[in-house]
Amino acid sequence: MHEIPSVRTYVTIWAILTVMTFVTYYVAQVELGAWNIVVALLIAFFKMMLVILFFMNVKAESPLTKLFAGAGFFWMILLLGQFFIDYVSRGWMPEGKLW
Amino acid sequence: MSTVLQDPRAVETPNYLNQEYGWKSWLFTKDHKRIAVLYIISITAMFFIGGIFASLIRVELLTPQGDLVNSDTYNKFFTMHGIVMVFFFLIPSIPATLGNFFVPMMIGAKDLAFPRINLLSWYIYIAGAAFALAAVVLGGVDTGWTFYTPFSSTYSNTFVITAAVGVFIAGFSSILTGLNFIVTVHKMRAPGMTWGRLPLFVWANYATSLIQVLGTPVVAITLALVGLERAFHIGIFDPAIGGDPILFQHMFWFYSHPAVYIMILPGMGVISELVTCYSRKGIFGYPFVAGSSLGIAIIGFLVWGHHMFVTGMSMYASLYFSLLSFLVAVPSAIKVFNWTATMFRGSISFDTPMLYAFGFIGLFTIGGLTGLFLATLGVDVHVTDTYFVVAHFHYVMVGGMVLAYLGGMHYWWPKISGRLYPEGWAKFACLLVFAGFNLTFFPQFILGYLGQPRRYHAYAPEFQVLNVMSTAGASILGLGYIIPLIYFLWSMKYGPKAGNNPWRATGLEWQTSSPPPTFNFEKTPIVTEEAYSYHTQNQKETHGG
Amino acid sequence: MADAHGTVAEHAEHSPHLRHHFDDMAQQFDSATLGMWVFLLTEIMFFGGMFGAYTVYRGMYPEAFASTSQFMNPFYGALNTAVLIVSSLTMALAVRASRLGEQKMLQLFLILTMIFGLAFLVIKGFEYHEHWVDMKVPIIGGHWNYSEFPQFARQAQIMFCFYFFMTGFHALHMVVRLGLMTTIFVMAKRGTFSSSYFTPVEISGLYWHFVDIVWIFLFPLLYLIGRTKKLI
Repeated sequence: MHEIPSVRTYVTIWAILTVMTFVTYYVAQVELGAWNIVVALLIAFFKMMLVILFFMNVKAESPLTKLFAGAGFFWMILLLGQFFIDYVSRGWMPEGKLW
Repeated sequence: MSTVLQDPRAVETPNYLNQEYGWKSWLFTKDHKRIAVLYIISITAMFFIGGIFASLIRVELLTPQGDLVNSDTYNKFFTMHGIVMVFFFLIPSIPATLGNFFVPMMIGAKDLAFPRINLLSWYIYIAGAAFALAAVVLGGVDTGWTFYTPFSSTYSNTFVITAAVGVFIAGFSSILTGLNFIVTVHKMRAPGMTWGRLPLFVWANYATSLIQVLGTPVVAITLALVGLERAFHIGIFDPAIGGDPILFQHMFWFYSHPAVYIMILPGMGVISELVTCYSRKGIFGYPFVAGSSLGIAIIGFLVWGHHMFVTGMSMYASLYFSLLSFLVAVPSAIKVFNWTATMFRGSISFDTPMLYAFGFIGLFTIGGLTGLFLATLGVDVHVTDTYFVVAHFHYVMVGGMVLAYLGGMHYWWPKISGRLYPEGWAKFACLLVFAGFNLTFFPQFILGYLGQPRRYHAYAPEFQVLNVMSTAGASILGLGYIIPLIYFLWSMKYGPKAGNNPWRATGLEWQTSSPPPTFNFEKTPIVTEEAYSYHTQNQKETHGG
Repeated sequence: MADAHGTVAEHAEHSPHLRHHFDDMAQQFDSATLGMWVFLLTEIMFFGGMFGAYTVYRGMYPEAFASTSQFMNPFYGALNTAVLIVSSLTMALAVRASRLGEQKMLQLFLILTMIFGLAFLVIKGFEYHEHWVDMKVPIIGGHWNYSEFPQFARQAQIMFCFYFFMTGFHALHMVVRLGLMTTIFVMAKRGTFSSSYFTPVEISGLYWHFVDIVWIFLFPLLYLIGRTKKLI
């Protein structure tokens, strides 16, 4: 079947993930305005990719598995994005202002 | 071959029906065919329960005053009609019955990928149905099948949580069926059965399964939140404490719009099978019909806001959803054009399944076009929440989906049961269904346009004539549903034996005996021909090869 | 005459774990893996719905949500994140051991994974207890007091609801996966797994990692919002 990653690979990934957790924690203490949430989510996204590609071994999987793994997150973005289309644009009308 | 009619009670070859007897062999089966039969029985029962509520609605609407029941009770009628029909009949219908039975056979597999999960999905369905029926028996729900907040989450005094739990549970049944189909179609096709040779029924069920898997969890969490709000009085959807009821509608319709494509896509898959067989011609534009199934599945997730044009959603969002709702009609239209082109210069026979297919194409077209009226923002402001909407969705759901289901049941009945149904009675019932359906729902377009609102137990007196016509139609329609139930049951004991391929159709399911053996095929088939190779079939028959 | 399963000779050749509707173990393994990914897809959409609703409210009431960060304990949150990440490591190592047929290592890593999973739930329990003591539990009637920022009392209730629902559903999934792991451990102890049959370990591992990913997103969203915001 697929190649089995080495113990070293796994431990390295674990170390990166732990470091990124600390980074998230400390960046949150720094005032960056709207960028705080962007940075936090970007780091979370990066951590998620590491878990998916290495711990869940998707890097070595078939294109089909990769497609299904990606489709889930894409669909969630589709849900969030379309919610935003409503909530963000409510403020564009003179009388409506929700966000 | 003998010309003497065989005694139907003679000893039969081993098949999935007679392989084992006893209730345990049915309730603990792993055979997808038996599970399909279990589903057929359950959803038929739920269909008739939903039909009873429909009858109660139509009886109340015979007179303009609200005189049969009070408004609260009437609210319960249309709510229960909606919940039972949508979640317990339409959503599972074709995938769980005909899909379960034939998807593995059509791809040359011995069973679905996960047979025990298949059985589990049936048990989950039964559990969900038990909760829904409990809600009915305890006193009903009156929120509408759409559970709009804050009425459902705060102010209703009925058994909302019980009903919501039932729907939540049934959602898992749907998810598991979809999961099973996806893995089966990807991993268990017979040698030579490439994606390009799959019967369109399989493509349709595959696209449906994608929707089931991607959409159902969202309605699950939505109803869970409503239930939690109701239990703990918090305020996620209650504006009095800062909640947004429109958020509920966004979350609810994110699933419930694609849900209608879960209902109709398998029906379209059936029509592709019927139109080819009874025109003795291959499908016109196979890649387009297959691709349009996926197109409907994907674009279907981008249009839900058209249920919310007048609710307070932003106008820019309304524009976006309106445009996309027009786009989603395109793949459906592609299918209708391709079916028509398939029939052109075909050798048409007017067996009952084909009559249902004709009915589908006409009625679905009307239903679909009226959907475009509703997608037009200006028109929607006038007709939203009137009987126009009710007529629209009944045209696609009943005129489309139910007709496709009946057509499919008649087409595949010989394979499922090994018997033929009586053609005369079947044609008669089909005509009753068609006539009754149109008499019931066409007047509702007019009523809606003239302004009769939906979900009201009373209406203005000038609407009575059309309402009476609608109720009369409903009676005829009901009769049209009961007759097939009777003759299908009758045929199981007294119908003539069907033989492997009474319709001379292509497709792997017809290469095996009727009823099929438990493991479907004696040997795994090897596929060498394209789907719907009727031209070679016709040649063989003409030249006796 | 051969039965539907093939001749006796064919029957004896294949693994006892092969289910008969599959042609071979590879097809069975591939199907199981794809099936688990499709299931995870449904879980993504399930949590995604909650994330969506949460994001909408956060956009609506940014200050109220920011005020709640005072009552969250980011230390516990970060500790829990670290605990889950370690459990992911031990889970990955367990799957690796099962692929290599190393029975003792497999059992060891499974036990460690479960211990970390339990640790998470214990820490969560301490957190919930703190919220209870602070009167920040709106879902149980009467246990809500937002006198620190009375102008946000209503909207903060919504935020805390989401906090309890999201961490609650997450905790529910944690319990499920602990149950799964217990089953896998029992099977491992019985010697069910080998380098030619490790499917249940692999797909349970996928589920384990997924629940960790949900937490990776929950942590910043619930604990670290507006920690620097100066409030009115």
